[in-house]
Amino acid sequence: MKARGFCGLPVVAIALAGLTAARADADELRIGFLMPVTGSLAQIAIDSINGFKMYLDDHKGEFHGATVKFIVEDTQAKPATAVLKAEKLIKQDQVQMLVGGVLASTGYALAPVSTREKVIYIASIPASDNLTQRDADKYPYFARTGWSSSQPSHPFGEWACANGIKKVVTIAADYAFGYEVVGGFQRTFEQCGGQIVQKMWPPINLVDYSPYISSIKSDADTIFILPVGAGVLQLPKQLAAAGIIPNKRLIGAGTSFDEFVLPQMGDEVVGAVGALQYSAALETPKNEAFVKEYRTRFGKVPSYFSESNYTTALMFDAVMSQTGGKWPGSKEFLDFLVKLKVDAPRGPVSFDDLRNPIQNIYIRKVEKKKMFGYPNDELWNTIIKTYPNVGQFWTFDRAEYLKEPAYTRDYPPCKYCE
Amino acid sequence: MTGVSRQGRVLAALALLLAVAVVTPHTTPFLLLLVTRILILAILAMSLDLLLGFTGIASLGHAAFLGLGAYLTAILAVRYEFGLGWDFGLVILFGSVLGAATSAVFGLFAMRASGVYFLMITLALSQCVWGLAYRWDTLTGGDNGLNLPGRPVLGPIQLSNDTAYFYVVFAFFAVSLLALYVLVESPFGKSLVGIREHEVRMRILGYNTWLHKYIAFIVSGAFGGLAGVLWAQVSGQVSPDNVTLTTSVDALLMVVLGGPGTLLGGVLGAGIVLFLREYLSTLVPWWQYVLGGMYVLTIFYLPDGVLGTLRRRLRKARITPTVDARPRPRRGQELEINGGGIE
Repeated sequence: MKARGFCGLPVVAIALAGLTAARADADELRIGFLMPVTGSLAQIAIDSINGFKMYLDDHKGEFHGATVKFIVEDTQAKPATAVLKAEKLIKQDQVQMLVGGVLASTGYALAPVSTREKVIYIASIPASDNLTQRDADKYPYFARTGWSSSQPSHPFGEWACANGIKKVVTIAADYAFGYEVVGGFQRTFEQCGGQIVQKMWPPINLVDYSPYISSIKSDADTIFILPVGAGVLQLPKQLAAAGIIPNKRLIGAGTSFDEFVLPQMGDEVVGAVGALQYSAALETPKNEAFVKEYRTRFGKVPSYFSESNYTTALMFDAVMSQTGGKWPGSKEFLDFLVKLKVDAPRGPVSFDDLRNPIQNIYIRKVEKKKMFGYPNDELWNTIIKTYPNVGQFWTFDRAEYLKEPAYTRDYPPCKYCE
Repeated sequence: MTGVSRQGRVLAALALLLAVAVVTPHTTPFLLLLVTRILILAILAMSLDLLLGFTGIASLGHAAFLGLGAYLTAILAVRYEFGLGWDFGLVILFGSVLGAATSAVFGLFAMRASGVYFLMITLALSQCVWGLAYRWDTLTGGDNGLNLPGRPVLGPIQLSNDTAYFYVVFAFFAVSLLALYVLVESPFGKSLVGIREHEVRMRILGYNTWLHKYIAFIVSGAFGGLAGVLWAQVSGQVSPDNVTLTTSVDALLMVVLGGPGTLLGGVLGAGIVLFLREYLSTLVPWWQYVLGGMYVLTIFYLPDGVLGTLRRRLRKARITPTVDARPRPRRGQELEINGGGIE
């Protein structure tokens, strides 16, 4: 790699001679970080920025000799604004890569920008399945360091079967992320004998769920929730107020009880179970150190958003250690990245050839307890089961899987919704 | 308003626009992108100004027209590969026609009402368009939206070049401004102002005020559709976010901020809003307070908007005070109510 880079150097130099500015200074890494800093997703943005910055500050703003210029831009959670800010970062700040975004729509809006401008886009949060599945060919400059939405759902469905859950009602946000998380769960859960008896799709950012709650079928034994935005605190509270929980079991997407919001939640979520690739309560020395440092610096436990972006920085550092602090070029950087095997706070992470992480999936149960020597009883996502090295296709045959349509509002069809 | 002063104003506006056209491509790449967007939203704001400023009816549904134009462009490009070459001209035409046709349908419902009720009906209609965009995902891609394959190529001119696209947008902006200016200066435009000032009197004078307002609504929809087509190509993607209430409110605020009944006020308003929101947000995290403060101050101290107040000052200096002392039109009052409701 290195040798080829040096041979090519004069050619590159000649090619760039006429241009105003060379995109890649050898020892400066310019990273554009796109986050919805204002609006209902602001807490997620803060956790994400803090995660990345913590790694950066720990390494004095350098990745193996490359000075990192970290530029945060506000997407306002609007796809069109995300595109404008991305173009600003590329054309004006001349960043070598874009990182971030939160919502699926932002991910889908930014991926084509990366193709068009031939600049890397790393989705540390957006999890829309198709970006690394059916559409992966369209986005050669795209990679994911977080997860795909249905990745934790597949093992979660099997876990639900094995733990006495029979009939489930889902209440999930009405967009790609909701469809994919629920779809993945439904697929494996119904394969092993479970039944989804009702699927409801309230809009994103809803704050009053009572019309949905009042129509929950009484014969269900479990409620699966996935609120996004303003309603994350509200939905469990309203379920408890309506007496639905604890009569029925509460499960949901990992994000429903994630640490970005868990400290603000009440006892109604104790016992709730979700699945994700990270939990702040993961008892490994690496994670304990991570949680303690993060909490000391920012006053709260890290969420998966913090960890995901911290790990993204860690991966960039690992790539730069292989190139000796030199920018290798976009394609080459991605090649290095997807060959990595890193030991992150969430556990071991590697990549499949569609540039999606292969990682542990943890089944996490909310418990009120003391951890890591902190004095007070607090809510923690205790890990009750680990599925090691889970890829985005679970145990399915990849070719078969990709032939089927993506999970949508109506797919898989709801067979037991009479 | 004397002939000389109008000429002076037109010349000043022309010089300013010419300066924008010449200078913008030589500033930073980000400013070029931003000004392109400002010009597109300025078309939307001007089309709304025709209703709000000249006819005196406030619509909360203008995002629908922007959305329709944008979705039409995206669907044609993604599903039929149409509009990627010279046929982009046809897309512009279709977009405007779709905007006009939709407002013709909406107008049948909305024009029965006035004031707050008109506001509510237009809001409801635009939410219908949002619902379609969000729910009809086989056609619109749902919340994920649609990604366009790239900007059109017109012979040797690649519109993917930001400067080239800026000039295309500028040309349509200039044409829209001219067309709307001619319209509001025409007898038809004067009758709209008459409706704004005193609809009953206009009716007694024999004007079919319903038809006048209806036509103004259709024209406004057509320019909204045009803005939508250009908008789809500037961001390369279309999502339900373009059709939300926020976008409608933004358009309304741009007009109120710049000065209703001035056309160029919408342009100025679009400039101020986008500049504060998109440019200031790259510099400081507290840009929202500046934007919010700006709205509040405008409503308190410049109820006629920036240009409206400027024009009134200029007129005051020139014309005898007796003329100016006549009671202020109720438009100012109405705007205050609208602004308050939105915040």
